[in-house]
Amino acid sequence: MTESVPILKIGTTLLVSIQVDLQDDTALQLQEDLADRITRTGARGVIIDISGLEIVDSFIGRMLAAVAAISRVLDAQTVVVGMRPAVAITMVELGLSLGGVRTALDVERGLAMLEPDEESAEDVLLAAAAEREQR
Amino acid sequence: MTTATLERLAVSTDADVVRVRQAVRTFAQQARLSLVDQTKFVTAASELARNMLVYGGGGDVEVEVVSDGRRTGVRAAFADEGPGIPDLDLALTDGWTSGGGLGLGLSGSRRLVGQFSIDTAPGAGTRVEIATWSR
Repeated sequence: MTESVPILKIGTTLLVSIQVDLQDDTALQLQEDLADRITRTGARGVIIDISGLEIVDSFIGRMLAAVAAISRVLDAQTVVVGMRPAVAITMVELGLSLGGVRTALDVERGLAMLEPDEESAEDVLLAAAAEREQR
Repeated sequence: MTTATLERLAVSTDADVVRVRQAVRTFAQQARLSLVDQTKFVTAASELARNMLVYGGGGDVEVEVVSDGRRTGVRAAFADEGPGIPDLDLALTDGWTSGGGLGLGLSGSRRLVGQFSIDTAPGAGTRVEIATWSR
């Protein structure tokens, strides 16, 4: 058994950055740890940064899809970020589409994706005022 | 065809699968494969090494850089003494699995490499050989 992957908490988001080549049992452990942390912290979002991964094979792909499905059931959204272009090409050719998994190019875009999309009252008023001025 | 270098690795644990990926990546780089071809080859090797572990009870991997005088390539062979594959056509079908996987290991890895051959019979183990040449 290797070391577990650290899970960071930022506000209501959990951030996992996979920096090493994952062993299968470590990947399964991460899946369990994430489910546990979501329920314990009430996190609404999970960002998995895979920019450190040189390959995503069917096992890791299945783990990512499972984390997305598990977090959805636990009322949290998962975004996988940082996939390398060569990894994306290989995954598609392998037959892994990661259907049901949201992706973003980097952590920043992933965080933006998880932000609640409802507008604040202030934004609505400002937009209305701007529109009035234009007329 | 002259052989430049060769490495043999035994696969009996999850950690060995990671070691196979790392060794195969080094050889694919030596063979001057493009980054995408390297990634595809390493991903295929990861699938085949895991298959060997899960279905064949472990086995041996042999990886080498090959040359035909004009081009270089990387070749890897995966041999186990497991139960063999009774219906090869079925095993090479996308989505078919005798275990708990996604059924992409054999069919998917075949798409990721330049050459793919498989030698198996019920009770006689399985040997898969893959190769990709530099362009």
